[in-house]
Amino acid sequence: MTVDNNQHLAEIGEMNGPKEKLIRMCRQNPLALISAVVILLMILLAILAPVIAPYGEAQQDLAERLQPPSAAHLFGTDELGRDVFTRILYGSRISLVIGIIPSAISLAVGILMGLSAGYFGSWVDYLIMRLADVMLSFPSLLLSMVIMFTLGRYANSVLCIFIALSMVGWASVARVVRSHTLSLKEEEYVEAAHSIGVSSPTILVRHILPNCVPSLIVLYTLNVPSCILSESTLSFLGIGVQPPMASWGLMINQSKQFLFTKPWLALAPSITIMIVVLAFNFLGDGLRDVLDPYLQRG
Amino acid sequence: MNSEKILEIRDLHTSFFTDKGVVRAVNGVDLEIGPGQIVGLVGESGCGKSMTARSVMGLVRFPGKIESGSIRLNGKELTGLTEKELRSLCGDEVSMIFQEPMTSLNPVLRVGRQVQEAVLVHNQSISRKDARKQVIDMFERVGIPEPEQRYNCYPHELSGGLRQRVMIAMAMICRPRLLIADEPTTALDVTIETQILNLMQQLCRETQMSVLIITHNLGIVAEICDYVYVMYAGRIVEHAPVFELFDHPAHPYTRGLMASIPQIGRNPEYLHTIPGVVPNLLHLGEGCAFAGRCDCAVDRCSRELPEMVHVREDHASRCFIISDAEFS
Repeated sequence: MTVDNNQHLAEIGEMNGPKEKLIRMCRQNPLALISAVVILLMILLAILAPVIAPYGEAQQDLAERLQPPSAAHLFGTDELGRDVFTRILYGSRISLVIGIIPSAISLAVGILMGLSAGYFGSWVDYLIMRLADVMLSFPSLLLSMVIMFTLGRYANSVLCIFIALSMVGWASVARVVRSHTLSLKEEEYVEAAHSIGVSSPTILVRHILPNCVPSLIVLYTLNVPSCILSESTLSFLGIGVQPPMASWGLMINQSKQFLFTKPWLALAPSITIMIVVLAFNFLGDGLRDVLDPYLQRG
Repeated sequence: MNSEKILEIRDLHTSFFTDKGVVRAVNGVDLEIGPGQIVGLVGESGCGKSMTARSVMGLVRFPGKIESGSIRLNGKELTGLTEKELRSLCGDEVSMIFQEPMTSLNPVLRVGRQVQEAVLVHNQSISRKDARKQVIDMFERVGIPEPEQRYNCYPHELSGGLRQRVMIAMAMICRPRLLIADEPTTALDVTIETQILNLMQQLCRETQMSVLIITHNLGIVAEICDYVYVMYAGRIVEHAPVFELFDHPAHPYTRGLMASIPQIGRNPEYLHTIPGVVPNLLHLGEGCAFAGRCDCAVDRCSRELPEMVHVREDHASRCFIISDAEFS
């Protein structure tokens, strides 16, 4: 072994650390880095909303109704004289939580369902996949609305959206995980693991799941914005978040009568939604490139 | 007598129940391996060599099934064990090396972690740090240079030869009594092949481990095996010590195989082949499966199945011609 070779090997070892991977991602894919910063910033703003916001969430000033953007009101004011910037900050709390948590729940449920269906096969597979088919064959918006209507009486609206979106999302995750599991369980390394005595649950978690991760990241980062959008849609239709709470979808809903005369009322939340959704998508792409060893270049 | 054998397979039948019918992949195989012995199992593609090995490891998949027969490992019966009991033996007492080092390591796990897994599965009390140390020692023993650095490599960062060494490390780290190697060098080039075979031979000598090598390469058999089983269409047709087999092949199929080895120096226009094709395992007739391709077949061959006949003390063959010759 020459010195060069040793150095090269040491480099290979080092390049595999999680820290190095992230650094590499930032270098190769600046868009992902920017997206990550944007998302972190949004989360920070959401947490610090009461500190940063210049006005109260529902603080009205009827004398200042429908003001265009100015120094006092960064994004203008709405029909009740509430500051739009403040409402967006508070709205981000709901929108982000609704984006991130129900996606995570549906991801976890989907993984569990998909792994069991793919690995154990026979009636387990049949049962789970038919259930997923039923979920997928329902228009998801309709399903969420039904859930919201039935549960709306018993729980508060944000919790209802949580449940509705989690129930809608798991089926597509389960399908992807199942199809991966089906092909992965035939791989020789799964047999190799069996032949050294590794048990089936361990094989599922240690060998099959990590191979699904790249697609799961993409699924999750696509799911987050779609949840944010679903919440916006539901709120826009008037069955999501209820006033006086603020959410981005609700704000767009309330601005619709001033769409042409006072466009900033709709533009501010719409652009915010767009930025967040894009940021999640770009970050997902970047993470997939880094976490997928198949795509790694020396 | 029985307890001396590491592996003892008796009348094993493994079949696949497909839509088209029952495929008898392993059709009454008897096989024995003694301690420290390197045994070769030879035959062409699809003759049931791998299925025999998989039956031992409990890796026969649906729609395949072990129908009958007994597999004894260190005197312990393996057929009829539950999945869990079998898994606890796998790796610890018997383990397996696969044909393709490219696909038998998980591409998203570091190779060190995969080998470590074997240690952790069979020794719950060991700490991760000690397990890691064991893995690195094992890497060193199987001749992986820079074991510390390789530990953190992903499989795609290693060459084919190194990956096969990792596989050997993984199979041997729990010191199994029996190692099954399913065409361990088919995917490697010739120089690496020799290295890997030498390594296996050396490890076998050091640890008194028995090895079952499955191959279609008679060169490998000649190089490292002590004893050879020749398989054809799901049955053992001949078994003998390696020198005996090469010097006095008894079964026409074995003779055909020997004649098919191309030899340096001789330059025939055509390479020797055995005429005909392997019979479809779906429609195996009554008699000897080789009858259709055999030069010396007689009427009787396609009607009755010949018994295993001892040619010499530990050399037996499944052919009427030999048995007739013996008796006349």
